[in-house]
Amino acid sequence: MNLSSLYTELILEHSRNCENKRHLECATCSKRGHNPSCGDDITIELLMEDGKIVDAAFTGSGCAISQASTSMMIDLVKGRSAEEAEELSQIFLGMIKREIKTEEELELLEEAIAFQNISNMPARVKCAVLAWHTLTEAIQEANLHS
Amino acid sequence: MYDVQAIRQKFPTLQQQVNGKPLIYFDNAATTHTPMEVLDAVRDYKERFNANPHRGAHYLGIQATELYEQAREKVAAFINAPSPQEVIFTKNATEALNLVAYSYGFSQIQAGDDIVLCISEHHSNLVPWQRVAKLKGATLRYLYLTEDYTLDWEEVREVITTKTALFAIAQMSNVLGTIYPIRELVAYAHQQGAVVVVDGAQSVPHLKTDVQELEADFFVFSGHKVFAPMGIGVLYGRRELLESMPPFLMGGEMVEYVQEQETTFNDIPYKFEAGTPNVEGAVGLASAIDFLAGTSWEAIQEHEEKLTRYALERLQEVPHLKIYGPQAGRTGRGPVIAFTIDGCHPHDVATIVDQDGIALRAGHHCAQPLMNYLKAPATSRISFSLYNTKDEIDVLINSLQGVRGWLGYES
Ligand SMILES: Cc1ncc(COP(=O)(O)O)c(C=O)c1O
Ligand SMILES: [Zn+2]
Repeated sequence: MNLSSLYTELILEHSRNCENKRHLECATCSKRGHNPSCGDDITIELLMEDGKIVDAAFTGSGCAISQASTSMMIDLVKGRSAEEAEELSQIFLGMIKREIKTEEELELLEEAIAFQNISNMPARVKCAVLAWHTLTEAIQEANLHS
Repeated sequence: MYDVQAIRQKFPTLQQQVNGKPLIYFDNAATTHTPMEVLDAVRDYKERFNANPHRGAHYLGIQATELYEQAREKVAAFINAPSPQEVIFTKNATEALNLVAYSYGFSQIQAGDDIVLCISEHHSNLVPWQRVAKLKGATLRYLYLTEDYTLDWEEVREVITTKTALFAIAQMSNVLGTIYPIRELVAYAHQQGAVVVVDGAQSVPHLKTDVQELEADFFVFSGHKVFAPMGIGVLYGRRELLESMPPFLMGGEMVEYVQEQETTFNDIPYKFEAGTPNVEGAVGLASAIDFLAGTSWEAIQEHEEKLTRYALERLQEVPHLKIYGPQAGRTGRGPVIAFTIDGCHPHDVATIVDQDGIALRAGHHCAQPLMNYLKAPATSRISFSLYNTKDEIDVLINSLQGVRGWLGYES
C-alpha cells in the first residue's frame, strides 16, 4: 500500500471533518476508546431514541486514519437502528480482517470501504478499527442501561 | 578519526532495505541493534556450553558459571560498581526498578513519607512508585520542568525535603533528551536523607557511567539499549542496602537452606536472582561492553553530539515543526529529539517517513504524565546511536518536508 492510496482526498477530507467532530450536548450515551500504544483517543457520543441513533458525534485526538474512520462511521450510522449500526461495525471489522469479501456486503459500508486495504499497513490497523470497536461497546452499554 | 562506516559494517540489521530504501534507524532509544561480535558471542555460548550456572559440578555447568560471573565482573567495571556482588542481573530496567520498589520500597517506605519523581519519568520508573505510595500511604510528588526542559533548583529544594524517603529519576529523559545533573541532585537528596534511584536506561548508551561518582544508591539499565540482546538488564545497589533488603522473587538459587517451614536466603547478588538466569543475555551484554570499549566515550559523544546538533539545526528548516527538549549541546541533552508538526499526527508522520525507510517512534513514549504536562497527546521521536550518520539526517529532513503535503496541506 503506498501513501497516495492511504492518504486519499476522501480520507483527508474526513480527517478534518468538523461537522462530526463536536461535543453532543444531548447525548444519551458516550464511550471513550483509545490506542494506548500510539495515542489515538476518541470519545463517541450518541443520541439514542427508541433504539435509533438520532445523532452522533465525536471528540478527541488522533491520527488522520483514526479521525477519518470515525467521521465516516458517524456518517454511516446516523439515523440507523442500534442493530444496524452493530451489524455495520461487524462488516467493517470483517473487511479489515479480510473475512468479508462479497461486494454486496462491502458496499453497505459506503465511504468506509476506503479502508479495505489497511491490513497491508499493519501498524495502522488499530487506528482504523478504533471507532468501530468503540461504537460497538457504546451500543452494548446503551442496551444494558435501557 | 571516527570511522562510522566501519562501525556500521558490524551491524547486520543496518545493511537492509526497507520499502526499497536503505534502512535509516532512528529508534535507538527504544532498542539498539546488535553488532556481529555480540551475536557471535551468544551463539558461541549456546553452541559450546549452555548449562545452568551455579548448579552441578559438570564441565558445562562450570563453564557457564564462569562466563556468567565474568559478565557480572565486566558490568561492575563498566559502571564502576565497587564490587560485582552489587550487580544483579534482571530481565531489563523495568524489572530492576520493580525489584527496588517491591523489595526496598515496600519494606522501607512508611505512611507519611514522600516519594519524589521527575515528571519526565518513563512509566517503568513511575508506576511502581505510584503503587508503593498507594499501598504504603506515602505521597508521590513531582519535579516539573523549566521552559528549557530542565529542572529548577528552587523547586528541587522545595520538593525534596527531609520528608523525602526516596527520589527516583532518569539520568536522561527518553522523550526530551534532557540529561539531568544527577550528581548534584543525589548529593542534595542525600543531605535530606533520601535514598536515590537512578534510571540509566537512556544514559548508559551515551555517557560513561560511574555509579560511585554519581553516588547513586540504586542504578538500573537495560542491555538491549546498549547493543546487547533483549532479556538482560542490570540493577546496581549499594551493598548495605541490598544486604538489608528482603528478597524479591523466590525460588531456586536465591536460597541457602530450605526447610519445610523456613528458608534462609543466599548472599547478594544471588539473593535477588531466583531461577535459572539469562546466561546468554549476560554473555551478550559482556560482549556488548567489549564492543563499546573499542571506541572511546569521547569519540562516541563527539559523534553523537555532532549528529544531535546538526539534526536540531536542520529540523528548524521544516515548516511548522516544534521541538520538545533542550536546545543546548551535550552537557544538557543527549541524542533524543521529540517533535511535532502542526496538523500532522505523529502516527501519520511515522507512516510517511517509513516509506523512505526511516524508523522513528510515534506516540507517548511510555511517559503519559509528561505528555499531559507538555499538553502534547503524542510526539514523534528520533534517537541516534553511534552508527548513525549526517546523511541519514538529510534524508529524514527531506522526508519530513513532504509530510504536510501528503496530509493535504498547501505548505
Ligand atoms: C528512561 C527509561 N527507563 C526505563 C525504560 C524501560 O526499559 P525496558 O523496557 O528495557 O525495561 C526505558 C525504555 O524505553 C526508558 O527509556
Ligand atoms: Zn493512529
